[in-house]
Amino acid sequence: MSATKTLFDKVWDSHVVHKIQDGPDVLFIDRHMVHEVTSPVAFLGIKNRNIPVMHPEKTFATADHNTPTINQHLPVADPLSANQLKMLEENANEYGISYWGLGHAKNGIVHVVGPEYGITQPGATIVCGDSHTSTHGAFGAIAFGIGTSEVEMVLATQCIMQPKPKRMRININGKMSKGVTPKDVALFIISQLTTSGATGYFVEYAGEIFRDMSMEGRMTVCNLSIEMGARGGMIAPDEKTFEYIKGREFTPKGADWDKAMAYWETLYTDEDAIFDKELTFDGSLIEPMITYGTNPGMGMGISNDIPMANAVQGGASTYQKSLKYMDFNEGESMMGKPIDFVFLGSCTNGRIEDFRAFASIVKGKKKADNVTAWLVPGSHKVETAIKEEGILDILTEAGFELREPGCSACLAMNDDKIPAGKLAVSTSNRNFEGRQGPGSRTLLASPLVAAAAAVTGKVTDPRELMEEMVAG
Amino acid sequence: MAYDKFNILTSTAVPLPIENVDTDQIIPARFLKATERVGFGDNLFRDWRYNQDNTLKEDFVLNQDKFSGKILVGGKNFGSGSSREHAAWAVYDYGFRCVVSSFFADIFRGNCLNIGVLPVQVSAAFLQKIFDAIENDPSTQLEINLPEQKITLLPTGESESFDINDYKKNNMLNGFDDIDYLLNIKKDIETFAENTPL
Repeated sequence: MSATKTLFDKVWDSHVVHKIQDGPDVLFIDRHMVHEVTSPVAFLGIKNRNIPVMHPEKTFATADHNTPTINQHLPVADPLSANQLKMLEENANEYGISYWGLGHAKNGIVHVVGPEYGITQPGATIVCGDSHTSTHGAFGAIAFGIGTSEVEMVLATQCIMQPKPKRMRININGKMSKGVTPKDVALFIISQLTTSGATGYFVEYAGEIFRDMSMEGRMTVCNLSIEMGARGGMIAPDEKTFEYIKGREFTPKGADWDKAMAYWETLYTDEDAIFDKELTFDGSLIEPMITYGTNPGMGMGISNDIPMANAVQGGASTYQKSLKYMDFNEGESMMGKPIDFVFLGSCTNGRIEDFRAFASIVKGKKKADNVTAWLVPGSHKVETAIKEEGILDILTEAGFELREPGCSACLAMNDDKIPAGKLAVSTSNRNFEGRQGPGSRTLLASPLVAAAAAVTGKVTDPRELMEEMVAG
Repeated sequence: MAYDKFNILTSTAVPLPIENVDTDQIIPARFLKATERVGFGDNLFRDWRYNQDNTLKEDFVLNQDKFSGKILVGGKNFGSGSSREHAAWAVYDYGFRCVVSSFFADIFRGNCLNIGVLPVQVSAAFLQKIFDAIENDPSTQLEINLPEQKITLLPTGESESFDINDYKKNNMLNGFDDIDYLLNIKKDIETFAENTPL
């Protein structure tokens, strides 16, 4: 009898080139994505060593972190940013790596375009110098973020050296209630585990709630795995997965597809496989979520009150420092708090489904006067779909403008910075101090909660507006 | 990239008794525009160190003369957040060779090990002892002994052992990096690559 294995074990073990005694595994990497911010020093490294890129056809470059989201047809104004973008283009050209730079029809956020063009595939090992690489786990891939030294390793040898993480499974059954989205499911899990609760683990998400999700929804969940400290998260591929990837540019075709399918169909956790840790939640109890603090674990159901310091895990002084930064008090409600900015976008919630959700709330309403809204599609492909599906008309009618693709205010490397002191409802992934601009204050939430805030000018339970829709 | 070998480090330490110190605090994204690995130490903890008009925040530890040294001691879950190796570079470039905490985020820990900063994980109780000792006397010296995998509070002699795998320990002791290792097994990798299904 062969040993039973988890999905994670199957993919990991089949990619180990070499095991080091009391050391890391040498892991072969099938797909490598690079962007302008974390790659220049890696390219410089192989240049200094005078070695080539071992498999340029397995690396894909796109510009996203440090790009403007308006007037992309004009030269980039900031000289440092322009130089970084130029370096990526030059490096890609020099080493024969495909490059989808600013203005390219396929440009977009690395974790949005990877799946869109079929670069992301089940059973693959995928790395990128970006912690949200975990997104690609939605397809049953092992995908995780790496540092620049590791980017250099992949360029030079198509391998990295990693100790094998432990295995965790998170089971959630039940249906998502009204107004609940995959983002809420993820924020709920992180609020239960805390921001370090899955550190050292690779997570498999299992159960009805994930099975029922679209591929976009699964990407949102896996994307946020890193926010509870996990190395990555993955979901076993199923018919929905195969249907999504079929026919995309980099997906295998013909006989190659059949060969790949033979492998992909083995990608599930065996019945008796053992996890190092297993958690189970009831999905029907999850509410629309919102964060109130300065890490993604500080989240709660939107109708709840901010917990008291003595009721939370971790140190009270760190907790109070966090609330002080946010200018919130223990025990108070978030509902009705006036907000200044809304940000819809990022590798977490910058896909077409997110724009559909946002539009479903703002349709027939007007953007609140006190709100500045930045709506940033994750890619040109998403941007095109927004136009073709008539979503742009709904947004325009409601007083919103659409920007051009990029990471934008999620990390505020470009000019899209939330000003100091301002409160933003953001569909992105991190509410760290100053993450969206020095002094900015971030409330992480779903596209539905962001839309409800955008039209009411304050923190609002989207279910209230959905009731109106039904009644109206 | 080559880094200084690490053997035994004896130094005073800078205390940062805050939990969940994330990489956006260690180095904010707006300072990631460089294309070479130089000068990141200037912006280490930028928004905790400086006001928005670039004047110093006097109460932050790095701005207090009484605290100095090559060891940074942080609260639980140090280095959470992004994969930016720039965070580890900033720590190294500022002059730290070792970070002590009761818990590290995975990617940050790995990045540190790859560039020559030793992450030393201690128990929550020992971490508190270190914070207390430095608070009582900022000239308190710590000894980080990598060969013996031991951290010692020198004034009292209290010590604790820490984990590091043999492979990484050997790298740190000798200043080796992973690429040297990988290039040595390039033939095996090529053979493996020919047989991958994807």
